[in-house]
Amino acid sequence: METLQRYHQDINITPALTERINELISHYPEGRQKSALLPVLHELQDAHDNWLSVELQNKAAEFLNITPIEVYEVVTFYTMFNQKPVGKYMLEFCVTSCCAINKAEDVMDYACEKLGVKPGQVTADGLFSVVGVQCLGACGYAPMLQLGDFYHEHLTTQKVDQLIADCKEGKITLHDK
Amino acid sequence: MGQKILFEKIHIPGIKTYDVYRENGGYASVEKALKMNPDDITEEVKTSGLRGRGGAGFPVGLKWSFIDKKSGNPRHLVCNADESEPGTFKDRYLMEYIPHLLIEGMITSSFALGANLSYIYIRGEYMWVYKTLERAIKEAYAAGWLGKNIKGSGFDLDLHVHCGGGAYICGEETALIESLEGKRGNPRIKPPFPAVKGLWQNPTVVNNVESIASVPWILLNSGEDYSKIGLGRSTGTKLFSVSGHVKKPGVYEIEMGMTVDEFMNSDEYCGGMIDDRPLKGLIPGGSSVPILPNHLIFKTANGEDRLMTYESLADGGFATGSSLGSGGFIVYNDTACIVRNTWNFSRFYHHESCGQCSPCREGTGWMEKILWRIENGQGTEEDIDVLWSIQAKIEGNTICPLGDAAAWPVAAAIRHFRDEFEYHIRFPEKIKNRDHFVNEPFEKVKHLMQNTTV
Repeated sequence: METLQRYHQDINITPALTERINELISHYPEGRQKSALLPVLHELQDAHDNWLSVELQNKAAEFLNITPIEVYEVVTFYTMFNQKPVGKYMLEFCVTSCCAINKAEDVMDYACEKLGVKPGQVTADGLFSVVGVQCLGACGYAPMLQLGDFYHEHLTTQKVDQLIADCKEGKITLHDK
Repeated sequence: MGQKILFEKIHIPGIKTYDVYRENGGYASVEKALKMNPDDITEEVKTSGLRGRGGAGFPVGLKWSFIDKKSGNPRHLVCNADESEPGTFKDRYLMEYIPHLLIEGMITSSFALGANLSYIYIRGEYMWVYKTLERAIKEAYAAGWLGKNIKGSGFDLDLHVHCGGGAYICGEETALIESLEGKRGNPRIKPPFPAVKGLWQNPTVVNNVESIASVPWILLNSGEDYSKIGLGRSTGTKLFSVSGHVKKPGVYEIEMGMTVDEFMNSDEYCGGMIDDRPLKGLIPGGSSVPILPNHLIFKTANGEDRLMTYESLADGGFATGSSLGSGGFIVYNDTACIVRNTWNFSRFYHHESCGQCSPCREGTGWMEKILWRIENGQGTEEDIDVLWSIQAKIEGNTICPLGDAAAWPVAAAIRHFRDEFEYHIRFPEKIKNRDHFVNEPFEKVKHLMQNTTV
């Protein structure tokens, strides 16, 4: 955990976020509020630049009245939870079979080159990161990437150019709240 | 045109909304169910012959009949919408375009099981579908189909959608339950089965999206009517999600029993091979099931037509057959490299192994590394035998079927495409570029194998 705590995160639990988290907790019976952990972590992460510091994970434990270790062991198991800062726009390219045979690796390489990063790295301005991920269930619409809550399918290098331009101009909605 | 059950109304404009869905006969199965004896609904589903659409193909009605009703503990129905098997994207299509059909099926099925609190567990990456379902559930509550005393029947049901965090293993039903309890997705040792001790140790049934969405039709017509659709023990319709080198990838609903040839080559379905290139292999049921080589796709080893049924796709066992699995239908042409593709799958399973069982945790990693070595021209003849040995030692030796799912594709690739592995080992200079078979398909260079002895 020491290495993870090097990154600082400003935590801001707004009333709207608290209300949403309480709504999610209400979906489970009394005494079973731990069940809300994954949905709650998604909400916290979405509201905090798409990553979960140890401090933010501790907040999740407080909301659910569980011990911090119960949160850490979950965060480290599931790939969607980021334990260090990522780009504001994280381009997650599917690189599994059906996408791979449709040039997913070429399109991802193109994005990396254009942004000047390697997979897993963040651009200096903090705007973008690129990662290769496992099958996202869009095999018939390959190649594709996930950005926030949405999929971008039938990718070409031109579409990647357009998407990056749209991100820079603030035209892209990340979350459907 | 075959009979459509799940997609019958999917193209009606606005069918995503409650009002349009209701105007087109939506929720009629709930009205009918609430006047029935719950056990009679289970009997109808048994009669229908509906088999679990997630991959295992276990009869749905039989699974329902196992739920413990004697203990008096609260019961739950959990819909498995974790759809993560490479090649599979059918449930997403159904939930995205006609969300109320799943909700209607959840209500009818929960009533049959006597469940008053049910969940739809959807993979976290399908976040926009999660939101679609969440809104549809709110509409259903507002219209009185969920909540207390539904339509004056005395039946209470709360239904919620729950999102995962990106873990293929959570599609295994006991891992899914652990995950729904807010834990790591480690599969449980069975027994006890979820029907006895499932969610929060309560009796629980876990069913796939497509299975649950088939229930309203069965109830509104009859189990017998459903059993007449399809062929033999493969009753009803099935969704296939098609990807890879065909002209028309996408999701199709077919009556089971159609020939693989018609499905692959007719314009109504896959439309034949893209660019009319030669067909090399087919995975008919998601990445876990064995790949079929060209000569075993349209005909079985006995020379019979290969059909789109559980039985025919499995004809010949794993030696010459495959499995219908989840309906993830992946087509490869001659530009695909079987070694690279098998490495790709092993990487997937290694990444997704929960790590509880050593054969899976370690074995998937070894397979990935050895396949990567072969794919990059650093393999030895011995590696092929080592791979075979590893996959054989994973299969059957793990708590859950992820180990088997990781072993089968490797076994099938070696069984049917051993010459491609040998080619990679003997001609490392020919495979330096990752697009080696795109530039020079294996069929064109195969003759080199005869000229060289090692």
